[in-house]
Amino acid sequence: MLSKRIIPCLDVRDGKTTKGIKFKENVDIGDPVEMARFYYEEGADEIVFYDITASSDRRDIMIDVVRRVAEEIFIPFSVGGGIRTIEDMRSVLLAGAEKVSINTAAIKNHGIISDGARAFGSQCIVLGMDVKKVDASSKIPSGYEMVIHGGRTDTGIDALAWAKKAENLGAGEICLNSIDADGTQQGYEMALTSMISENVNIPVIASGGAGNIEHIFEILTMGKADAALVASIVHYGTYTIKEIKEELHGRGVKVRRM
Amino acid sequence: MIAIIDYKAGNLKSVERALKKLGFASRITKDAQEILKSERIIFPGVGAAGKAMDNLRYLGLDKVLRQGFESGKPFLGICLGAQIILDRSEENNTRCLGFIPGNVKMFSHTLVSRKNERLKIPHMGWNGMHLTMKHPVLKGTKPDDEFYFVHSYYPVPTLENHVIGTTDYGVEFPSIVGHKNLVATQFHLEKSGVPGLKILRNFCTWDGHYAE
Repeated sequence: MLSKRIIPCLDVRDGKTTKGIKFKENVDIGDPVEMARFYYEEGADEIVFYDITASSDRRDIMIDVVRRVAEEIFIPFSVGGGIRTIEDMRSVLLAGAEKVSINTAAIKNHGIISDGARAFGSQCIVLGMDVKKVDASSKIPSGYEMVIHGGRTDTGIDALAWAKKAENLGAGEICLNSIDADGTQQGYEMALTSMISENVNIPVIASGGAGNIEHIFEILTMGKADAALVASIVHYGTYTIKEIKEELHGRGVKVRRM
Repeated sequence: MIAIIDYKAGNLKSVERALKKLGFASRITKDAQEILKSERIIFPGVGAAGKAMDNLRYLGLDKVLRQGFESGKPFLGICLGAQIILDRSEENNTRCLGFIPGNVKMFSHTLVSRKNERLKIPHMGWNGMHLTMKHPVLKGTKPDDEFYFVHSYYPVPTLENHVIGTTDYGVEFPSIVGHKNLVATQFHLEKSGVPGLKILRNFCTWDGHYAE
């Protein structure tokens, strides 16, 4: 049976990761290619790169990172951040990424999902969703609203409706990030994740809030997530990917073990 | 030299990169002479069966691949390349290459796991594989090894001895098929980490002989 996936997320700015791995011996690795190889060898099931380079004319730096990563790791990886056009998708995929993640661009132009799915296949298209809890209303019946610009801008779009719509347009997977939980290390947004996962027929990756292995266990079981994104807890060496997986395995969650 | 068949079916470079990492020279090609002269053939692919067969026929590669297969050189199919080597696919109701008797079926949308959870289609992610036959290309594969899958259809050979390995996704489906000098994996060897690279390396040193 399919394993639940553990996916480290690396933020990359101008070709460097913003959070390096802190090893116990205090060596800091800030090179995304080195970090990707480290997690690959540790048993990561996939890797997500999020390009936060501010200036769009520096995108070729990220393409070069993608190309070098593809030569070193032989598991799927995806690239998000700043992808606005089919051509942006094409260059990232040709450089060796398995998937592209689109977020703001998809909200502004729904057609990019269907065009991307038609050009490269649904399996390449990950819909990134940044979601905030609000009071349920006639406009936002699920009580969760889509936000953009790192949570600074509300869109008035209902998160559940958007997830279903994006699936119909051809998105192959959803990376669901709770703005409320992100950075808190207090656990993933359980209600949001299970609601979205139960209502779409594509895999859901839970993102934001992981502080310990219990949180990961909960989101993959009660939260019905297919995969868990992890960042700080692995970058800062709180746990290794291997420790996370061994504990999940011990608690009856099917994971890929090395 | 290893020929990676170029028929506009997804990203072929990942296979080339994996071979390079393993130290084997390859070429992505659609040139008949180059394919027929090659030492071995890798036939990858993602996308839909109908479009893939159209492209192969348009490029004349359906005949070249048959010649390559019949010549006895080691032949590896990956993903869609493990499907369109059968007779027919339910996907776009497509007549395929027919190197292995059988059909390609779609996963049922009503699949459930043993814990009675609804299973999503496509089958995407890491899953195990149970070897049903001994095959030189699968040598050294461990029971716990997992592989990366992305697909909604799967090959069903008519003859049981053409099924080399199976995988459980609500249904026990053939995930490795083989016949003579042809072996094909439904999962992506080039994206399956160390266990995938091991199979790829085995293929690159295989002489094409297999006692069925």
